[in-house]
Amino acid sequence: MRKFIFLIIFIFQSSFYTFAQDVNSLVQKVKEKLALVNDYEASGRMKTNVVFLKVPIATVKIYFKKPNRLKIKNEKGISFIPKGAITINMNNILSVSSFTAIDAGLVKLDNISVRVVKLLPQDDTSDVVLSTLYIDETNLVIRKARTTTKDNGTFELDMSYGKYTEYGLPDKVIFTFNTKDYKMPKGVTFDFDDGDAQKKAEENMKNRKGKVEIDYTQYSINKGLSDAVFK
Amino acid sequence: MWKLLQFEVFKIFKKPRTYIAFAAIAAIVLLIQVALLINGKEYVKFMLSSLDDTLDIPYTQIRNGYWICFAMLNLLLIHVPILVALVSGDIIAGEANMGTLRLLMTKPISRAEMMLTKFLACVIYTIMLLIWMTFLSLVISVVLFGTNDLVVAKEAELLQIEKVDVLWRYIAAFGFATVALIVVAALSFLLSAISENSIGPIVATVSIIIVFTIMSEMRIPIYDNTVKPYLFTTHMLGWKGFFYIKADEDGQTIRGSIQNLPAIMKSLAILGGYIVLFVGSAIFIFKRKDILS
Repeated sequence: MRKFIFLIIFIFQSSFYTFAQDVNSLVQKVKEKLALVNDYEASGRMKTNVVFLKVPIATVKIYFKKPNRLKIKNEKGISFIPKGAITINMNNILSVSSFTAIDAGLVKLDNISVRVVKLLPQDDTSDVVLSTLYIDETNLVIRKARTTTKDNGTFELDMSYGKYTEYGLPDKVIFTFNTKDYKMPKGVTFDFDDGDAQKKAEENMKNRKGKVEIDYTQYSINKGLSDAVFK
Repeated sequence: MWKLLQFEVFKIFKKPRTYIAFAAIAAIVLLIQVALLINGKEYVKFMLSSLDDTLDIPYTQIRNGYWICFAMLNLLLIHVPILVALVSGDIIAGEANMGTLRLLMTKPISRAEMMLTKFLACVIYTIMLLIWMTFLSLVISVVLFGTNDLVVAKEAELLQIEKVDVLWRYIAAFGFATVALIVVAALSFLLSAISENSIGPIVATVSIIIVFTIMSEMRIPIYDNTVKPYLFTTHMLGWKGFFYIKADEDGQTIRGSIQNLPAIMKSLAILGGYIVLFVGSAIFIFKRKDILS
């Protein structure tokens, strides 16, 4: 009986170790793929959907430089960029030097089988508390990520890949984030009362999720980027 | 009538007090421009501080000529009615006070014609005041601060209008503001017709505007559901409606659109009604008045 219990423990331990090793190597492979990109300049269209924010679709340039610098610029006008948008680049999530990876199994995402990996940073001072990655093992790309931070709430990323899969760069990113209340004192704004104000205030209270969609049209990869771009 | 109108306009612009309004607007606009040139970023931060935790806000880009003009119109269009009343409150009562009204009535023109001419002179003064305000607040601000998208902060939402879509809204807003200020001119014109000195109509106009504005903005249901929809001060803010851009279901603004054009047109019609009511009443009263001074 004792031998049998030891055998069970041995099998369980070794299989857990194997899974952990597999998931670590999977994350490592994804990291290596992303590491091919030292910098990029991308063009795209950004669509912002926040209940209290009415903005036009923006033509933007997205700049990235290793290790974790990211800048989104609207060349023609003004853009409101959500805090935490830096995580739209997976390099920035995986740039944490040491983390514990936990395998959470396989799930289907848009009919694609992906492995769920939970990353726990080992550094107590890290802003990221937990990242959940949905990794496409065939293409070695992250299709979905959910990041919980200490200061900026939880962000969610959904990514579609196309022309730049070999670099692990998506064609489309949907970035979902938590929003806080927006309220201006009426005495400051002196709004024209066209009968919709109350309805809009109620809508704002209902929906506290914001969404930003970026459709990338073109990447210029590893051509070198000046630091001045990020100022 | 044309000659008479020229004469009335000449009289208005001959009086030094007329230029007080132009000087006051220039002083207010220039003071605000200097303040926003130095501390504009802080002011935008104060306005949008509730969003600071959620979004990275491009404060420096928001503080552009279009935004500064909008911020100024917010302040000025509450105070300009006082400056309008300075002239239109004086136009009949001032003559009665000086004793020239009886002399004027000896001319071979009807009382109604004389009143309409005087009112038209007030309208010309109001339009010139607004052109002056437009030049200072829009043209000078654009020259000093440049242009970019306009961000309009409402009580419950923040709207962004592309810079190519802004200018026509200002033209429409200034057109609406002209009608709104003509209502004030018509009110003080009416009060001027029943008064024998100009201080009374000016002070009475300002008092009415203050009381009505407080009732419009206090948000007390008893007023909101009863008198507020009929107060002209409620509808005077209709110029802002041109900056309330429509958005689609995904929250993307639609270039060239207005959220609620019928509400603006309704306000415009109500203001027009007030003008007819005030001027009509002034003519009616004046035609039956014994002119003793």
